[in-house]
Amino acid sequence: MTTEQRTIRVLIAKPGLDGHDRGAKVVARALRDAGMEVIYTGIRQTPEMIAEAALQEDVDVVGLSILSGAHLELFPRVVAELKQRGVDDVLLFCGGIIPEADVPAVQAMGFTGVFGPGTDTTQIIEFVREHAKERA
Amino acid sequence: MDAAELVAGVAAGDRRALARAITHVEADSPAGRAVLAGLYPRTGGAHTIGVTGSAGVGKSTLVGALAREERRRGRTVGIVAVDPSSPFSHGAILGDRIRMQDLTADAGVFMRSMASRGNLGGLAEAASGVVDVLDAAGYDIVIVETVGAGQDEVEVATAAESTVLVSTPAGGDDVQSMKAGLMEIAQIMVVNKADLAGVETTVMQLRGLLAIAPPRGWTPPIVKTVARTNDGIAELVDALDAHRAYLRGSAHAAAERRELARAQIVALARAALYRQALATAAHEGVLATLVEEVATRRRDPRDAAQTLLAAVWRHGQDTHEA
Repeated sequence: MTTEQRTIRVLIAKPGLDGHDRGAKVVARALRDAGMEVIYTGIRQTPEMIAEAALQEDVDVVGLSILSGAHLELFPRVVAELKQRGVDDVLLFCGGIIPEADVPAVQAMGFTGVFGPGTDTTQIIEFVREHAKERA
Repeated sequence: MDAAELVAGVAAGDRRALARAITHVEADSPAGRAVLAGLYPRTGGAHTIGVTGSAGVGKSTLVGALAREERRRGRTVGIVAVDPSSPFSHGAILGDRIRMQDLTADAGVFMRSMASRGNLGGLAEAASGVVDVLDAAGYDIVIVETVGAGQDEVEVATAAESTVLVSTPAGGDDVQSMKAGLMEIAQIMVVNKADLAGVETTVMQLRGLLAIAPPRGWTPPIVKTVARTNDGIAELVDALDAHRAYLRGSAHAAAERRELARAQIVALARAALYRQALATAAHEGVLATLVEEVATRRRDPRDAAQTLLAAVWRHGQDTHEA
């Protein structure tokens, strides 16, 4: 029997204290409609909670949404918590309000994709499909 | 990590190995089957609990409250939460973690969200495998929560020793629908949202249904809960403990274990057969031919189904001989 293609699993999380999750939900829904399994953890997540959820759910991709401006503070902590748990093979992307000037810094942390307001969801879907790592 | 490393990792309490092992088992890949075979001798220590009921009765909130009470009693908890896959895109949004956020930070809890992935392979097949992995990993309690939709609800009974059926006061229709099969599989009845009007009517209806059920060694208790405020949750855990003691201690225990094993084997064989039939149908174009013949009224659907089965049977024999 041929094994069918593995379903891509994505964690969508909102670190920090802003409570606006419309964007996160739109992205979650778009990825679901593209055939992916999306674990949505809700608002006000600590970096520890996000990393632990990524570990337990064994996701291929972690997408963070942030509007509060605390990305330079919180994103490195999420990356560090993931690393500490040995979760070193996930694709990272983020969205929300990330000023142009901060994008290189965010990319240097490992966030391969940075998607601002107005991004077409098909662009995010293509990004995930293309970059989600093949596993043995 | 290969299967042997995963088995060793799960046995040693490595959470990352556990997470990866579940992924393989859920995919039912050759690696997944090797992992399960390696872990199965380690299972049997956990009390496995199924929680089922219609959408909106508060299953996720109840499972969260149940897990917290078990933790208060010093037990570690594994949770498998199943949500439906979209029949169109096969994607899914798995949102059960939202109601159990605090448990994510607890090292004594491991929670995994699962999509039902249609019926291909069967819910019972995938979920019971994941339950086995968490059992083997040493969790004292393993809870599997399933979406309430027909057959899946009945199948959950094969994935757990104790099945909790959740309803609410407003659901007169819920209680009606329970007559078909569901009453027989439940060992504990929960009436959640018991702060709503009509709770006593629902309890009376359940009691009435239980009274006309065939007598069993275990009489399902009815527990009223308000999961949101934790009311009745300690009583629910007491009832689960009592059922566990009954299962392990009574003269019926061995018979019940065998009944569960039988149900599991049959459910797994049925799912495998179903998958094999679909694979054969697609692979050799058998189905397409039959569809054409039935659509143009040259063959009747029952005969077509028999022909399909015969093809599956031949295919199976070829595979064995090869």
